[in-house]
Amino acid sequence: MSAPLSVAPPGSNPWRHPSLVIGLAIVGLVVATALVSLLWTPYPPTKMSMAERLQGPSAAHWLGTDHFGRDVLSMLMVGAQNSLAVGFVAVGIGALFGVALGTLSAAKSGTWLDEIVMRMADFTFAFPAVLSAVMVTALLGPGVVNAIIAIGIYNIPVFARLTRSGALQVWRRDFVLAARAAGKTTFQITLRHIIPNIAGLIIVQATVQFATAILAEAGLSYLGLGTQPPHPSWGRMLYEAQNAMQRQPLLAVFPGLTIALAVLGCNLLGDGLRDVLDPRVRRSRQ
Amino acid sequence: MLSFLFRRFAALVATLLATAVIVFTVLEILPGDPAAVMMGLNATPEQVAAVRAEYGLDRPVVERFFGWVIGLVTGDLGNSYTYRVPISGLILERAAVTVPLAGMAVMLSAGIGIPLGVIAAARANTRVDAAVMALSQIGLAVPNFWAGILMVLLFSVTLGWLPSGGFPGWNAGIGAVLASLILPAVAMALPQSAVLARITRSSVLEALQEDFVRTARAKGLTWPQTLRRHVVRNAMTPVVTILGLQFSVLLSGAIIIENVFSLPGLGRLLFQAIAQHDIIVVKDLVVLFAGVVVIMNFLVDLAYGLIDPRLRRG
Amino acid sequence: MTLLDVRGLTIRIGCSDVRIVRDLSFALGVGETLGIVGESGSGKSMTALALMGLTPSVLRLSGSIRFEGQELLPPDEARLVGLRGARMAMIFQEPMTALNPVHRIGRQIAEGLILHEGASESAALAEATRLLERVGIQNAAARLSAYPHELSGGQRQRVMIAMALACRPELLIADEPTSALDVTVQAQLLDLIRDIVSEQKLALIIISHDLGVVAELAERTLVFYGGAVMEAGPTRTLFATPQHPYTRGLIAALPGHGRGRGRLAAIPGAVPPPNRMAPGCPFFGRCALGDETCRALPAPPVLFGDVAVYCHKAGERP
Repeated sequence: MSAPLSVAPPGSNPWRHPSLVIGLAIVGLVVATALVSLLWTPYPPTKMSMAERLQGPSAAHWLGTDHFGRDVLSMLMVGAQNSLAVGFVAVGIGALFGVALGTLSAAKSGTWLDEIVMRMADFTFAFPAVLSAVMVTALLGPGVVNAIIAIGIYNIPVFARLTRSGALQVWRRDFVLAARAAGKTTFQITLRHIIPNIAGLIIVQATVQFATAILAEAGLSYLGLGTQPPHPSWGRMLYEAQNAMQRQPLLAVFPGLTIALAVLGCNLLGDGLRDVLDPRVRRSRQ
Repeated sequence: MLSFLFRRFAALVATLLATAVIVFTVLEILPGDPAAVMMGLNATPEQVAAVRAEYGLDRPVVERFFGWVIGLVTGDLGNSYTYRVPISGLILERAAVTVPLAGMAVMLSAGIGIPLGVIAAARANTRVDAAVMALSQIGLAVPNFWAGILMVLLFSVTLGWLPSGGFPGWNAGIGAVLASLILPAVAMALPQSAVLARITRSSVLEALQEDFVRTARAKGLTWPQTLRRHVVRNAMTPVVTILGLQFSVLLSGAIIIENVFSLPGLGRLLFQAIAQHDIIVVKDLVVLFAGVVVIMNFLVDLAYGLIDPRLRRG
Repeated sequence: MTLLDVRGLTIRIGCSDVRIVRDLSFALGVGETLGIVGESGSGKSMTALALMGLTPSVLRLSGSIRFEGQELLPPDEARLVGLRGARMAMIFQEPMTALNPVHRIGRQIAEGLILHEGASESAALAEATRLLERVGIQNAAARLSAYPHELSGGQRQRVMIAMALACRPELLIADEPTSALDVTVQAQLLDLIRDIVSEQKLALIIISHDLGVVAELAERTLVFYGGAVMEAGPTRTLFATPQHPYTRGLIAALPGHGRGRGRLAAIPGAVPPPNRMAPGCPFFGRCALGDETCRALPAPPVLFGDVAVYCHKAGERP
């Protein structure tokens, strides 16, 4: 979407793109934290201790404690598992179905199938991410699984649209024409020519959607529609922090900071990948 | 020009109708028996039947649908199950909070985002450009409800300048209303202005590569004159698209933000209606939201025709 | 009196020493017509842009450009803005994209008048109507409110000419004005340009890769290659009896110029990128006569009557 400021031309050594390096570092940090938390956290995240409530950062609790005396750092670490899992699965669902629909639609471009898929995609766009997620969890009830379904459903038309327009462009190219002239079937061409050529586009979009999914999950958890307590989630932590704001303002800072950092990392990673993978990136020099 | 307008309008009506069908199907038919959903698990069959009769839910589907659509158009939506008041009155009351809020957010995001984007493009590849891009990355990453909470922390709890939530009502005067809406509007506008800044920047950069820019400079226009008269208007098409789409994003953002600031608006109403299983209100609100988006897209299309005369053919 | 005096103009890329235009010198008097002929990449368009001060910011200019006695290098944007459109005007190759699609053509023509001469909008539009008539657009008054996409390519180029003439400049630079047009339209447009130039006693620099176009409009011609002048002189003489190996190659490559039928005589090789051209004569490497002197030293001009030939081997035949 934006003209990048990177210094290296596309297709060159990945290490020369600052967005990619920084994004990878941040995302790597978040993933590492989540993995570590599977085995160890400073304190059990659900352990309450009324004697130590609402403390600020200290040697014992690096980021302080919440209004139940739970260790903030531990909760953030385990919350990372939650956000990452929701992101992966939801985007995965969206990508799987979306790419399938999109390639099908492009292969049968101009037919009623194509029309239907596109109309449906248009409709789902009338309901932005949070609204449709709220709707689905309203229908199905709150909970992390339903949140994943809700976010996944929203992602399908995003990938379908992108895949379709990318695939259509590849279909028009000369080597595909040659393949058709040689008698290859639509299915063979889709598998061998179309998909490899749009893979870059899809990967970049997936990172961007991952960032959106993290934000959506946080929003849903804040509203109480996503991950349910006592399971730690970043959004829920913000909700509880808001109530305790008068007495311990720092509680509101750390979860939000973590969310922002994770999203920033994904966006930078996506930008960096786009620079490296997409040959059509435009230079902005004059 | 007239046929262009007429065709677009016809498409608008068709889309609105289709939207109503989808919302109706998803929210009234799919869950099975709406009366049972509304009453919850503890209701007796007699209570459910009574509710069903009271809200006309025992009539045939097609009749219910058209009755609903006519009600939407005429403004008579019946009474709310939860609040026992006419729904249309409820919606108008809440809209009096959400509409000004969304309006302020749109103006703020356009007022901040577009000029920043133009400046970044005019000074591409300098430190100013890098600064704007970095700021926009941050704006995109920050959850708007967190921004809201932080602002309450700063402006309400610490400085005491602005209220931390709630809406005083329009009778309290424009000053009090603005004071209660400014923080939520800024929170909503933050990520949107980042998006606008980026899209404006890339669109202006593309327009700057066009040949007619060189022609303008060859005629003796200065850079500021060239930007103003030739570049900006040509670059506006993608920006207008995003602005139009923003409205729908803002509406959904309102759901969360109104909760953060305890504002009695449409978003809060939707959330509460969902919590109370009030399918009727939920249905009306969803079709309202979706309808606004469809109308917004229609207006954006019209705006294209105004901006770029080549598109008026239709 | 000399309108334009260019001495030692050199255009380099960025901080490097790669030259797009090398040590170019020529002069143009009031009402004189000069042609610049050369292949793509020869630096002729860059030269035109340099005169107007419109080169991309990454290029560095050195040397001297004197227009009406004023020195234009190093570029002073404020002064150049006052000259562009008012004293020197330029028309470009692509009429399709050179006009702004969202503004009406009347307004685009009137813009220069309003900005440079402070004319009122109605006065400017009246003048625009007159200009449109002069360039041969029918129904000029009605056409004022047309958009560029409603006109044909030839008409758009006429509009460009009208725009360029609006403030009555002394110098008109035409960069490949007919290259994007059909052959029949080309002929009409060249006639129009010739008429206007002689009627208003404009100085003209006509740039083209097409020898025919230059032959039609220019009294004198510069033959460009690799950013340097190969041969300069009266157009007739130049084309009738070319002395420089490159010019000879160009003329020989014209269909109909060769000996009867058979293959067209092409110049062997291809134009190398600017950073790979020889420091001496840029044509070295494709020239049958080239030797070490040619590679290392720029060629000084040798006079053959009115024609200046920049070649160490001037006069020799392979």
